[in-house]
Amino acid sequence: MHMPLEDTLGLNLLAANQHQADHNREHFDAWQLLCLNLMSSPGAGKTSLLERSLAQLSNEFAMAVLEGDMTTQLDAERLEAVGVPVVPITTGRACHLDAAMVGGGLKLLRQRLDPASLDLLWVENVGNLVCPAEFEVGEHKKVALLSVTEGDDKPLKYPVMFREADCVLITKIDLLPYLPVEVERIEDHIHQVNPRCSVIRLSASSGVGLDSWHAWLRETHAAQCPSPVLTTAKPQPSHPTLVNA
Amino acid sequence: MHEVDMTKCLLLSLQEWKQQHQPQVPSVEVVHLQVGDFTCVEPDALVFTWGALVNGTWLAGSELRIERTPLLARCFPCGASYSPSQGQAYRSPCCDHPMEEILSGRELRIRSIEYSLPEQGNSPPAADSVVAEQSQTRELVAGARP
Repeated sequence: MHMPLEDTLGLNLLAANQHQADHNREHFDAWQLLCLNLMSSPGAGKTSLLERSLAQLSNEFAMAVLEGDMTTQLDAERLEAVGVPVVPITTGRACHLDAAMVGGGLKLLRQRLDPASLDLLWVENVGNLVCPAEFEVGEHKKVALLSVTEGDDKPLKYPVMFREADCVLITKIDLLPYLPVEVERIEDHIHQVNPRCSVIRLSASSGVGLDSWHAWLRETHAAQCPSPVLTTAKPQPSHPTLVNA
Repeated sequence: MHEVDMTKCLLLSLQEWKQQHQPQVPSVEVVHLQVGDFTCVEPDALVFTWGALVNGTWLAGSELRIERTPLLARCFPCGASYSPSQGQAYRSPCCDHPMEEILSGRELRIRSIEYSLPEQGNSPPAADSVVAEQSQTRELVAGARP
């Protein structure tokens, strides 16, 4: 004879992940850095964009990358070549990064440098338009990339990703002359599911639109980490303080 | 199939509930979830992975019941609620306004747990066996993480 009980919880199914994500974000806030979660389908151009942005912004921001990849470290090697510290997180068969994996990446990062010396921490998620949308890692902002070669229906087919994004980058726009795609339709579809996000057209290879993207970054960083010159003593222009390189 | 990771995360969340609120190992009969239609979760896949993952843990034999909630949005200009046709159009049919406010459909919630406790007078499980069971579950839940 057992006594039947029922507990009403109203807990998030992903509560365990959320707790770890909140924990990560507390660290980011204490270090006064901006953390961005970069998400897209495979091949939309996350790594190419990072190569350009890291190179162009390295005199302005001290940056590091947590690089999610399913099996290889190829992307991490590409980004290391730019001269920015990169911690590869190999997810194995997992198709997204979760907060615990990013927590593990942070531990490795701290062995290499003092995160408080950073202004910007990039998390490059595993290429996938579905799963990363539901797994928060502690980021301040979500950035979704959509390349014009993927077709204009993707925001309608994978709406959760585009709904969750704070900024959507339409990439590879230098290819538009060769494709039966109207970029206005892509923008309209993004707007339908998420009227509040910023939408920026760019091409990492031609460089078109990078100014607008970097302006969004500066603005977002300034809002997240107000007046670094006045309130903190971070070196400017800053480079990460290496602990034991 | 990310439902495997979703289920692992659900098991961790339930483990937290057990550790915080249950001094004895409860015998769980049903876990009730609410899963919205505007999420990246396929309920059938969740039920399938549940059956596989709870095997051999303190949740073995329990059932996962999922209540689905439809996607419902509110039109900003006129205040009417509407059901967007997913995958096709998200604007409101009344004012042609983009999907601003979502009223339901984003739920990923553990609504409640039906369980029973060993009857009073029965000797509670020895501390060792509780610890063993917990560590076994933890291993299962965290084990596949690289």
